[in-house]
Amino acid sequence: MAYLHEKIETMPREELKKLQSERLVAQVKRCYERVECFRNRMNELGLTPDDIHGIQDISKLPFSYKNDLRDYYPYGLFAEPMENVVRVHASSGTTGKRIVVGYTENDLQMWSECMARMLTAIGVGKDDIAQVSFGYGLFTGGFGAHGGAEMVGATVIPMSSGNTALQIQTMIDFGATVLFCTPSYAMYLAEEVERLGVKDQLKLRVGVFGAEPWSEDLRQEIAEGLGLKAYDIYGLSEVLGPGVSCECEYQAGMHVWEDNFIVEIIDPDTGEVLPEGSTGELVFTSLTKEAFPVIRYRTRDICSLITEPCKCGRTHVRMRKPTGRSDDMLIIRGVNVFPSQIEEVLLNIKGDDITPNYQIVVDRVNNTDTFDVNVEMSEAFFTDDVKSIKKLENTIVEKLRSTLGISPKVHLVNPKSIVRSEGKAKRVIDNRKGKI
Amino acid sequence: MLIRQLSMFIENKEGRLSAALKVLADNNINISALSLADSDEYGVLRLIVDDADKAKQALSDSGITVATNNVIAIVMDDQPGGALAALQLLSQNGISVEYMYACIAKVTGKAIMVVRADDCQKADKILGDGGYDTVDPGEFYRI
Repeated sequence: MAYLHEKIETMPREELKKLQSERLVAQVKRCYERVECFRNRMNELGLTPDDIHGIQDISKLPFSYKNDLRDYYPYGLFAEPMENVVRVHASSGTTGKRIVVGYTENDLQMWSECMARMLTAIGVGKDDIAQVSFGYGLFTGGFGAHGGAEMVGATVIPMSSGNTALQIQTMIDFGATVLFCTPSYAMYLAEEVERLGVKDQLKLRVGVFGAEPWSEDLRQEIAEGLGLKAYDIYGLSEVLGPGVSCECEYQAGMHVWEDNFIVEIIDPDTGEVLPEGSTGELVFTSLTKEAFPVIRYRTRDICSLITEPCKCGRTHVRMRKPTGRSDDMLIIRGVNVFPSQIEEVLLNIKGDDITPNYQIVVDRVNNTDTFDVNVEMSEAFFTDDVKSIKKLENTIVEKLRSTLGISPKVHLVNPKSIVRSEGKAKRVIDNRKGKI
Repeated sequence: MLIRQLSMFIENKEGRLSAALKVLADNNINISALSLADSDEYGVLRLIVDDADKAKQALSDSGITVATNNVIAIVMDDQPGGALAALQLLSQNGISVEYMYACIAKVTGKAIMVVRADDCQKADKILGDGGYDTVDPGEFYRI
């Protein structure tokens, strides 16, 4: 067994819980003093930090939500002055407004360490050449993988996403042994490698894939197509980024690094903490994060935990792959998309050319997400002109692209043609179930 | 004379074209001329029928997106160069054709071209002055 920090990774659970308790008490106190939103919620419940003595009291604490990040945009939830914040990342929020998260120097160190624990577990180290094909930028994927790979001493190729031909050429020329990207992009790369007939020129042996849902079948296909062992990783920028939980060498669920995070499974409707082994909504508390800590953050991911000891010797709890969402957020090609964002764009299209009725159709074809938006044209819009239809479609595509960060295909359809049930249109048709 | 044409927005889905034509058949409306412009995802079906108002109402009631507009139906000689001569006359007078399609004429030796021009009124006058017959609506609908 290879560990980055054996003492922490294999810490007996009683000790680990004690550590969590100490850190929770300190984090609650710190947030209460520094974060207005949290203090107000505590006050509303008649709580002070003195009421929290350890993890046994966690269910008393108020939840936090993605909307909080919008309401306190951009820095209102930070618990450190900006002089101590060395990095921000951002992702899309529920209404098109981005959400912003921040990191201190220590936070970046902790993040890299979370990634590095995984990489050490799966045998990635200084002899490896790691191609990071997650996007670099506001998205946490690229920089998160980068920090971990550097920490274990691998040679990092900061490739970022896109330009598939160059990706493959780089893997070959630079002798990449490790690949980081989204699973759907890995599959696309595998197909291109097959088409080009260059599989025997690849030196890849390990792939770390995440940021979107994927199946065991897809894992097999990627593994065969690229000639590597494919590992799963989970994270979200509100909690950290990739590395909140990671598979170990046994690939039997993703270890949540419990010295840094408390994970709970709750009933998404009642907020009750569910018994061990139940399926419910994942909730995270960040114990060591400084710049942007979260207390009981509702991820909306539906999931269950595995509490039995793992063969790898790590004592940290494992989570299964999330099976769905408790809200209407869609993950399309790794990008978070809320139907409300699309609605807002359509309502802001000037004139009476379209109605606010739309339908989102998501599917997976050849392991890549397809994303279509049907929009009803108004009765008055259609005259006799084919060109104006195309022009309006292009306008809508461009506006959606700039809001969402990915391009849908837009189809204008007949007025009143989008099926309504009980007076309400069905907004989202996700045909990917069973294909991912 | 200008003729009223129906234009329908037809999504590229199975049965949409038949559905539109069925509405016309069920309402006993006869089609005199027809053209279908297509793109990847939808088509525009253009028709000249014997009762445009009744057709528009029936189509609209069936949830089909329909608009009406004016076109010209030029009677031309059914021989090589017949269409060219008529079009040259329009272009020499600065008229652009947006689209056109042919239909059958019942008069031997003649052909009919349905033309949508950027300025249909002016085109109609130019053609008249140039010695072309344009089909009178009443007459056309009986074709």
